[in-house]
Amino acid sequence: MTVLLDSLLALLLLAVGLASVRLGRGPSLADRVVALDVISALAVALLALAAVRQRLPVLLDAALLVSLVSFVGTVAFARLIERRSDR
Amino acid sequence: MTAQHGVAMALASAGVFFCLVAVVGILRLPDLFTRMHAASKAGTLGTVCTVLGAALFLGEWGVGVRGVLIIIFMLLTAPVAAHMIARAVYTAGATAPPRFPPSRNATADANPPAPPPCDTSAAD
Repeated sequence: MTVLLDSLLALLLLAVGLASVRLGRGPSLADRVVALDVISALAVALLALAAVRQRLPVLLDAALLVSLVSFVGTVAFARLIERRSDR
Repeated sequence: MTAQHGVAMALASAGVFFCLVAVVGILRLPDLFTRMHAASKAGTLGTVCTVLGAALFLGEWGVGVRGVLIIIFMLLTAPVAAHMIARAVYTAGATAPPRFPPSRNATADANPPAPPPCDTSAAD
């Protein structure tokens, strides 16, 4: 059971690494925002699996908070892209 | 391992698989709109499956309520965020998404060339 959970966590970390490749490469700001959005969704999944692995249900609260903050951040970036194009 | 834990682990594994699919899509697809298509759908499905599996595994009322809250929140916000980014980039002057190639009957070309990627550089 723990082995399976550990391998799932490792796969999610690998996914975060691959998404950061897109985060670094771009090429446009919107691509980076999408990559950041996916990384935060992966962080929610990571926290949920970590809550199971460590038997710490509190981590689910942290996952809820991460998803809240990432939504606000994505909306702010979208407004920024829209605003910059108005000039 | 009880049946509940087995189902929970299967859900979590499926969720991680869909997360990986989303990330591969983000890396491999040619332009912003197709990348967003992979990220917002496969990514949301993966996260929802994983959180559902975790909540089912822990199997307490408080945990289940938090899991369902996370899932509802993600299902509400992921399409809104993706729509806002797409609208911002599109109004910033990205080229229109390429139209579907003409039908096979019209061209008699079995393998039409792939449409060019959208130019989203105007948003920068």
